[in-house]
Amino acid sequence: MIMERDPVPVDLPMGSEGPGYELLAKPGADGETDLLEVAMGPHHPSTHGVFRMDVVLDGERVVKLKPVFGYLHRNHEKIAEGATYLSSMPYTDRLDYFCSMTNNWAYALTVEKLAGLRVPERAEYLRVILAELTRLQNHVCLVGFLVQDMGASGTPLMYAFREREKILDLFESLSGSRMMCNFMRFGGCRCDLPPGWVEAAQRVVDHYPRFLDEFERFLSGNEILMARTQGVGRLTRELAVSAGVTGPMLRAAGVNYDLRKVDRYGIYDRFQFRVPLGEHGDTYDRYMIRVLEMRESVGILRQALRDLPEGPVLDPKSRLRGFKPPAGEVYGRIEAPKGELGFYLISEGGTMPYRYRVRPPSLINLTILEDLCRGHLVADVVVILGSVDIVLGEVDR
Amino acid sequence: MPGARIEVTRNPAVPEQASLRVNRTHAVAAATVLRDDPELRLDYASNVTGVDWLDRVVKEKVKVRRLVDGEEREFEDVIELRRPGHLEAVYHLYSMELKHGPVVLRLRTENRTDRVWVPSLTPVWRSCEFQEREVYDLYGIEFAGHPDLRRLLMWEGFRDHPMRKDYVAPDDYEYEPTPHDTVLARAREHYPAPDKPKGAA
Repeated sequence: MIMERDPVPVDLPMGSEGPGYELLAKPGADGETDLLEVAMGPHHPSTHGVFRMDVVLDGERVVKLKPVFGYLHRNHEKIAEGATYLSSMPYTDRLDYFCSMTNNWAYALTVEKLAGLRVPERAEYLRVILAELTRLQNHVCLVGFLVQDMGASGTPLMYAFREREKILDLFESLSGSRMMCNFMRFGGCRCDLPPGWVEAAQRVVDHYPRFLDEFERFLSGNEILMARTQGVGRLTRELAVSAGVTGPMLRAAGVNYDLRKVDRYGIYDRFQFRVPLGEHGDTYDRYMIRVLEMRESVGILRQALRDLPEGPVLDPKSRLRGFKPPAGEVYGRIEAPKGELGFYLISEGGTMPYRYRVRPPSLINLTILEDLCRGHLVADVVVILGSVDIVLGEVDR
Repeated sequence: MPGARIEVTRNPAVPEQASLRVNRTHAVAAATVLRDDPELRLDYASNVTGVDWLDRVVKEKVKVRRLVDGEEREFEDVIELRRPGHLEAVYHLYSMELKHGPVVLRLRTENRTDRVWVPSLTPVWRSCEFQEREVYDLYGIEFAGHPDLRRLLMWEGFRDHPMRKDYVAPDDYEYEPTPHDTVLARAREHYPAPDKPKGAA
């Protein structure tokens, strides 16, 4: 094959290693006000991890904001390219460590697509149940953190954690670990349910709407919460689509795009559920979308627990050790609680992927952070970041 | 688009995810068409990533006709083609409006040296902004026309591109050698001449 040779266009500016990063504006000739540059993070309670925002302030208003990443970077992709397909599965738990089940699922789904594996019926149901439980605990914690960021120290967060702990107990009795579940395999799940698990899950799910009612009674109409979130950090439809924002943030901006409905991966076409949409795209909508999605998840869980069939949970023909998918490439994605979680794999027919890439929803949802924060107060930056829902294990990988 | 070279690459494992290779000078125009065409409306660039392809010898079977004992017969010969190493930027495009996809768009650099470039598609899709920065950081592809091309994950002042296949991790996992003699000596081995182009083999 003859390689093409294109001339370097002269009019396109080339990037370089040079500074290119002068955040603080030079004092203008008019010399009106001094701008102040503040580094929020990397150790700031509101950043939910090690993450820094370089903010330029005019008084208390945000003029510029540049997120700085990489404090938790361990090059997961490079490590996975030197490991077998299966041995990357536990590592996916550590991406978004709140939602290890959906991370497992996204990876397993991608490899299954590449190798053309089939998943038994019972495993498909189990995956839906676990993914929706993950969504419940992720969203409830997000709301807890968001309210915590607004200054309601502790109480709502502890309520949220109390509910999350019940779900984590279910995960622990199933997989042996509360957070690092490592439960899915190519072609199914690792093991079957322990006795009494379905009943325990049923109890958690049955109780959940009552908890949500109580939670909402304190929060949804709360004057402080409304004052701090309504009209703050408004995201328009056009910007959300162009910036590749996904998940509840996108739907809060009014775009009807839920991969459970669009791709219908797994067996999501069998369940009845609605996709809640926001109207204003502000922080309050992002809060409300999460609450509504939890209610829909409870509905999906009820249907899945009711219909859960008997049978194997792992395709007996699937080979886990010495697993070699055919040569080719694949991009697979699911609707993780934070947005579209995708995996891109290139196989050359060996036991290790030639290229392994994670498309992290948290990182790409941060693209528009500056647009959301510009013109708002510093205190609002904390709230807006809280409503984006990031986990730094996934942002930095 | 006069003069645009577009090539479709088959994907044996997942046939519906074949990819589209566009030459660099026409990439931005092609991307704009993909985004704005009313039947495609690929308004959402989901995933942007890089791939490092090393120099490689590819074996290919070719049918040749040869005269044997005065009779022309067909033979199958295996010839070796040298595929020069290059870097690739891969874009996965979807349509949020029409709910279809993916279309895989690939841009290719000329070789694997230090100064390689492809045009940036951030002006077309904003979602490429951070992801192109990541590709620049980890693979060393420069995106011409990117509004803010800086390293995303590694720190400023880091020299290498860790996702390249020939990257060697330093022994002490610090770029700046610590001032101990043995560590310093080992680190020197890994950073012999920073100006030497990588992957020139």
